[in-house]
Amino acid sequence: MNTPIIAASKPSFGSGGKTGLWRIFKPVIDRKQCVNCLLCWLYCPEGAIERTPEGLKINYEYCKGCGICSNECPRGAIKMVYEGGE
Amino acid sequence: MEKMKLLSGDHAAAYAVKLSRAKVIAAYPITPQTPIIEKISEFIEKGEMEAEFINVESEHSALSVCVGAASMGVRTFTATSSQGLLYMHEILHWASGARLPIVMAQVNRSVGAPWSIWPDHNDSIAQRDTGWIQFYCGSCQEILDTIVQAYLVSEDERVLLPSMVCFEGFELSHTAMPVKIPSEEDVDEFMGSYEPKHPVVDVSKPLTYSAITTPADYSKIRSAIQDGMENAKNVIREVTRRFNERFGREYQPLVETYRCEDAEIVVVSMGSIGGVVEEAVDHLRGEGLNVGAARIRVFRPFPRDVLQALGREASTFVVIDRGVSFGMEGVLFTEVKSSLFSLEERPRVVGLIAGFGGLTVRYRQIASAVKDALRLKGEALSLERWLL
Amino acid sequence: MSWIKRLPLEEYLLPGNPSCSGCGAALALRIALKTLGPNVVLIVPAGCAVVIQGSLPKTSFNVPTLNVPFASAASVAQGVAAALKVKGVKDTHVVCWAGDGATSDIGLSALSGAAQRNANILYICYDNEAYMNTGIQASGLTPYGAWTTTTPRMKEWPKKNLGHIMSAHGVPYVATATISSPLDYIEKLRKAMRYEGFRFIHVLTPCPPGWRFPTEKTVEVARLAVETGMWILYEVEEGKLRLTGPSKRLMDRGGRKPVIEYLKAQGRFSNLTEEEVANLQKMIDDLWNRYIRPDTI
Repeated sequence: MNTPIIAASKPSFGSGGKTGLWRIFKPVIDRKQCVNCLLCWLYCPEGAIERTPEGLKINYEYCKGCGICSNECPRGAIKMVYEGGE
Repeated sequence: MEKMKLLSGDHAAAYAVKLSRAKVIAAYPITPQTPIIEKISEFIEKGEMEAEFINVESEHSALSVCVGAASMGVRTFTATSSQGLLYMHEILHWASGARLPIVMAQVNRSVGAPWSIWPDHNDSIAQRDTGWIQFYCGSCQEILDTIVQAYLVSEDERVLLPSMVCFEGFELSHTAMPVKIPSEEDVDEFMGSYEPKHPVVDVSKPLTYSAITTPADYSKIRSAIQDGMENAKNVIREVTRRFNERFGREYQPLVETYRCEDAEIVVVSMGSIGGVVEEAVDHLRGEGLNVGAARIRVFRPFPRDVLQALGREASTFVVIDRGVSFGMEGVLFTEVKSSLFSLEERPRVVGLIAGFGGLTVRYRQIASAVKDALRLKGEALSLERWLL
Repeated sequence: MSWIKRLPLEEYLLPGNPSCSGCGAALALRIALKTLGPNVVLIVPAGCAVVIQGSLPKTSFNVPTLNVPFASAASVAQGVAAALKVKGVKDTHVVCWAGDGATSDIGLSALSGAAQRNANILYICYDNEAYMNTGIQASGLTPYGAWTTTTPRMKEWPKKNLGHIMSAHGVPYVATATISSPLDYIEKLRKAMRYEGFRFIHVLTPCPPGWRFPTEKTVEVARLAVETGMWILYEVEEGKLRLTGPSKRLMDRGGRKPVIEYLKAQGRFSNLTEEEVANLQKMIDDLWNRYIRPDTI
């Protein structure tokens, strides 16, 4: 049977499209202030902050710019930067 | 070894479920289904049957439990009637849409308002659009045999649709008849071990089932249900014939015909009224009329081709409906006419709505209706009246 | 906070999903799935979580998931659990992930039935306090005073005490949680995973579009809910109620913030009169007083 007889979806990144395009403000991590407490990583609803050996990296392809990371950072190390346009 | 027991229809159903080795059973009590679930509970308690029995708090939940268990590839069963069937209506659609081979015993009982506990077909007829295969039994033996067959039909990879095995409350559910109960070994051998052919949840391959589906995909998925239904006709033929051979029965797979070989008039019915129709046929034959009976055993998928074959020989059909679609007409009446529509010489079709709320239909009433039908020469092609 | 470093790196709620920016429910699910791991069967009734998956052929859920009719989650879950038992599978968790509407309204009958039968499932209710998926209509768990599209000034009757209702079923484990106390939430999930039988976790998940606050405040609003006593963190194990986390600290040391601080942070409470705010404060005080006496649950 070639026609799928039921709806079975495969786990995929970007099931909502390139949600990075939703942003108006973009979170930017100040490496000098960041102590790697990982609270931003924990609180990101998107899982768009990645823990790398070089430090925390934001996945801008999917980050929706909600600003929770910035709001929760105890060091104020994340700034929400307005992203271009009028 | 096959045993012979005097069993009510409900108990025959319970024995069938035991023989079929259903593993997860969920049901909610409703007259006249209760003896089925009581008997199954007793089998499990006594250790004669190994299954999880879940005393759910509603019929909606009963079928939902079956959906959950079937999704994991386990054989399930539930039973209900009337209001209970109506209550699980939403889940009926879900089960067929998800292609889950659940089997259900459906004890026909009139629907309210007002309350009635006696049989007619309105409950299950009203579910004809849900994508469930529907069998209608004429005897307690047939109930037992059909439930076993239903599992094999539903689980067949060409079908993968749930089945309901319908039989009238009290007229069959609570009436004892001699029933041959095949041995567990013979049924095990006949059914083989259960290997699910439908997609089953696999923890090592995470998939999301039944998510939001956009129009083009949805249409394809739903049209596949229709394909499954069409395939079901041949699968039912195969399974029934194999069963007949193995267990010495003589079921005609889709329509049980009686004295139709040279019949000019065919009386179509469903369920227990079939027996009364055969009496009427014998009576009318005695009066020189070439009448035959056709008891529809499989209502969904509707046996159009069998009726067309009968329609090429017969010139008059009398259809007895125990279920109606308000605002239109008796449902069998509509579907019989529709099946015969493409014939070059369309037979006359006359409808009778009878037996609502368990109202007894007597063979003389049927015989007289047939004679009335014959008097409609040259008049309306089709006509319908209520027998009250 | 080394416990954060020890959390698994795997994401089971994949990014780029259709959840709203700042979605509290998405955060709660992300944390839950990290804690539960891949050996789950997730049962999801109609609600935001359906949309968060996305549409065929993609899903953002990286665990086996069954979408099910609105009222049926607890029953389907029990069917799944029964099947796993029949198949002799012991290490797979059966988890319902259901919204407040599906849980406390349309699915309450099935939920109560499954609890009464001690079904071997973990039922998690993510509570954004309204039918958010369909556009912010009032549910049984919408709090007194909240604007919704079907309570256009305010909801005039109180939130169902769902934890209380579930405790009354005598099940092994009932707990409340929220996203601003993630360790508390994670520990409760882990505890629930160790129990057999029916386990229930009620997690408050603030919703920016539904509660009317800016997206960056989602965790902060949850925190205020706890600090004002609008949301109480507790667990009930074998019938014994115990407050946890910040709620326990509030009970031991006092310092509960006045409810107006919680209300001010959200647009949905902006229609309340002073009298109604006072009413709400009294309701919280009464409930709080009941909770600090464990014998009253």
